[in-house]
Amino acid sequence: MDVTDLSLGELKAALDSGKVSAVEATQAALNKIERNKNLNNYVTVCGTEALAAAFLADEKRAKGENGALLGVPIAVKDNISTEGIRTTCASKFLKDYVPPYDATVVKKLKDAGAVIVGKTNMDEFAMGSTDETSAFGAVHSAVDAERVPGGSSGGSANTVAAGEVPCALGSDTGGSIRQPASYCGVVGLKPTYSAVSRYGLIAFASSLDQIGTFTRTCDDAYALYRVICGKDKADATSSDIKNITQELNGDVRGKTIGIADEFTKNLDGGVGKRFNAAVDALKAQGAKIKSVSIKSFDTALAVYYVISSAEAASNLSRYDGVKYGARAEGYKDIAELYTKSRTEFFGDEVKRRIMIGNYVLSSGYYDAYYLKASRIRTLIAREYNAALCGCDALICPTAPTVAPKIGAQTDPALTYLSDIYTVPVNITGLPAVSVPFGTSDGLPVGVQIIGKAFDEAGILGIGKALEIAAGGNGNA
Amino acid sequence: MLRPTIGCEVHCELKTATKLFCGCKNEFGGEPNTHCCPICSGFPGTMPALNAKAVEYAVRAGLALGCNINRFSKWDRKNYFYPDLPKAWQTSQYDLPLCVGGAVEFEVNGEKKRVRLNRIHLEEDAGKLIHDGGESCVDYNRCGVPLIEIVTEPDMHSAEEVVAFLTELKSVLKYTGVSDVKMQEGSLRCDVNLSMAEDGAPLGTRTETKNLNSFRAVARSVAFEIRRQTEVLESGGIVEQETRRFDDNKGVGYAMRSKEDAHDYRYFPEPDIMPVTFTEADIQRIRSEIPELKGPRVKRYTEKLGLPPYDAQVLTADKAVSDLLDDVIALGCDAKKTSNFIMSEVLRLAKTDGSEDVELLIDAPRLAEIISMQAKGEINNLAAKQLLSAVWGTDASPRKRAEELNLLQSNDEGAIKAVFDKVLSDNPSQVADFLSGNDKLRGYFVGQVMRAAGGKANPKIVNELLDRLVKEHKK
Repeated sequence: MDVTDLSLGELKAALDSGKVSAVEATQAALNKIERNKNLNNYVTVCGTEALAAAFLADEKRAKGENGALLGVPIAVKDNISTEGIRTTCASKFLKDYVPPYDATVVKKLKDAGAVIVGKTNMDEFAMGSTDETSAFGAVHSAVDAERVPGGSSGGSANTVAAGEVPCALGSDTGGSIRQPASYCGVVGLKPTYSAVSRYGLIAFASSLDQIGTFTRTCDDAYALYRVICGKDKADATSSDIKNITQELNGDVRGKTIGIADEFTKNLDGGVGKRFNAAVDALKAQGAKIKSVSIKSFDTALAVYYVISSAEAASNLSRYDGVKYGARAEGYKDIAELYTKSRTEFFGDEVKRRIMIGNYVLSSGYYDAYYLKASRIRTLIAREYNAALCGCDALICPTAPTVAPKIGAQTDPALTYLSDIYTVPVNITGLPAVSVPFGTSDGLPVGVQIIGKAFDEAGILGIGKALEIAAGGNGNA
Repeated sequence: MLRPTIGCEVHCELKTATKLFCGCKNEFGGEPNTHCCPICSGFPGTMPALNAKAVEYAVRAGLALGCNINRFSKWDRKNYFYPDLPKAWQTSQYDLPLCVGGAVEFEVNGEKKRVRLNRIHLEEDAGKLIHDGGESCVDYNRCGVPLIEIVTEPDMHSAEEVVAFLTELKSVLKYTGVSDVKMQEGSLRCDVNLSMAEDGAPLGTRTETKNLNSFRAVARSVAFEIRRQTEVLESGGIVEQETRRFDDNKGVGYAMRSKEDAHDYRYFPEPDIMPVTFTEADIQRIRSEIPELKGPRVKRYTEKLGLPPYDAQVLTADKAVSDLLDDVIALGCDAKKTSNFIMSEVLRLAKTDGSEDVELLIDAPRLAEIISMQAKGEINNLAAKQLLSAVWGTDASPRKRAEELNLLQSNDEGAIKAVFDKVLSDNPSQVADFLSGNDKLRGYFVGQVMRAAGGKANPKIVNELLDRLVKEHKK
């Protein structure tokens, strides 16, 4: 048995039954990470700390103690703060920044006994859809090394896809979990906004950011979600999660699943085929398919880039060379210190978003851009919620295409289009999961299931039905 | 004739135990960067947890000033770069502040005056820059201290009115218990907006002089700016809309930045803090927590304690003084004696030069002890003054200090009688004169006995001995 082949659930059972120790599982993960170094999945691998944590986990288990993730290796995206371990957001600005505290989710992982093996590569400050904007170099897909893993949580998706770890945390502001999950062929869950504390997640766009999970199965996603969700005093926007169930229900008989007409326009051939196959599979298992309409669908990308850039411009203003992080040399005064540091240490994509953000908030333009976008945001949320009123969930492709080649995307506006299905979900705050459903030309295709607020169990149940239909290998 | 029109923005730090968004101590002073944490230092990934007490304090201040409380209030980010602002935005309130409307009423030169308030909102203070030998350092201790900003309508027209307004505002804020309002420590700061126009004409272009932190600086900067704008206008010039500073040492104001250089703060709603809503019951509860304000106290002092109206005004100008009076009376001291002693002696020590702040460095139990020692004749009036100075700013026991300083007067009739008899035998002719009816000599004998007793004989007893002497002589 190769321990790295096990899913989270399988590994946990093997650990609990004593078939494998936490140290063995962790060492196997670290070995595989080392072997796959060229994929560039990690900004920081913390082998020593991981083995120490694994050793403690084995000791605990020997004493009869347990925890939901006791001894399970996990990777954490490098924009989630880890005390004593550098957290870079894949930016030159923070390349040596070591947080003095743990994010709430990291605390929860540690409390559950998880073993953090490293911090995964990503698009700089989570801005990007390909993982190419990282200051530490692009990530190469585990499926096809010439291709991108998607982004911005590309490292987290790819390390799970490469079988290095059974699970990883990512963050999703406009699709940054679901789109790479789709490109890499793993399960990526973006929980309801507020279901998981954001305290310690280095903010990109605070009203859209959400921490979520990468796993190989929907059951695993739910197991990990249960560990990290819930009210946190440190995050005033977080919610109490009450409707936790023990097991997912993969039976879709009698369930109504909505498809908006707007979803299937301009769909790429290969992705379209897989999507239709997924819909057929759900129908075959007894689900009812209902046609709905979301007229504001086309406006979502514009709304997203106005709001997320505005918040990003503000959130990233703190990187000024005065405090933590890097400081440029050779400045005459404070203004030059700011300018030189920000010029040198931010990448192009980040600068682009900061400029858009400041533009849409500046006096004279606020009403036309930010205010208008906020109003349309309300409208989009209303339409998705209305569509969900008569359905259990909505279904659409996760991304319009399969993973592109590294370096193929040169026009940022075209890259932004890859998030067309995922972005509106962040705008509404609803939960969604990308579940792999076969391949097109050998490249994974994901299907996105969008649910009612806090119905993570519901959408993962439907995802489980697709897993069953795909027969485990995603090739139904 | 040109007439000035003036409005103020007053910043007042709230004295909550902790800061607005984290658990750090809200305390003046301290070694630089010792009252801060990842949250108030703006570390990546941190989030604010709103201090409910600060919200209540802001609402309490608003209620005491007659404001309407918005039932739905939210926070916004005011974005600008400055090294003392670690997040590069100030969390403030833009379009839905906690309190709107309200007014401050006071008298200037015997005339009643009413300054309307536009709004009061809650925001966080920034840190401090310390410039030293070509280097600049930042102290984040003050970052995240809760502040209320009180914005007036342009209802004032002279430096005198502005100072009277601030005096009354400061008094009300102190009464509500939400702030220490110490101008010297920067817990009350004022920005002054001023423009000049002919009577009846539309308002002129205004300038804003920022960060005035004493009444004296406010008065002088207003006078300076009136003079400056008048000169500009009368010589045919145009007043530029600008932000100015006032150098209180030199007594000169100067331009800081023009309208073109004005910050664009790019306000937008703060996504990390939930809006606050209030029910009628919440507001009633906060209203019930407002301590007895100045008006009712003046009434109580004149009607119940029989103090003159002037005294009642002086004693209530500062809440701490009024509290001290109430506490000392509650400890059994006579109201009139206590109020006289506080007005003549305590306030003399409490008001330091060049400051509007009253600093009471004596607590009620010890002041009561001094006053009751005086009432019982254990010390005389002069000794009471000396004793107050001696224990001021210390935690010494008045009785112990009085003993150490030899201030206690003798009430030992036997001992006084011995000295008294000696004085009589030394002054036979004066005794004869006194007994034949020259009562003016009474003072002479009291003085002689006091001198012989080293100033510590209770004059009351000496007088009694003289009375007895006269009585016996008449027999």
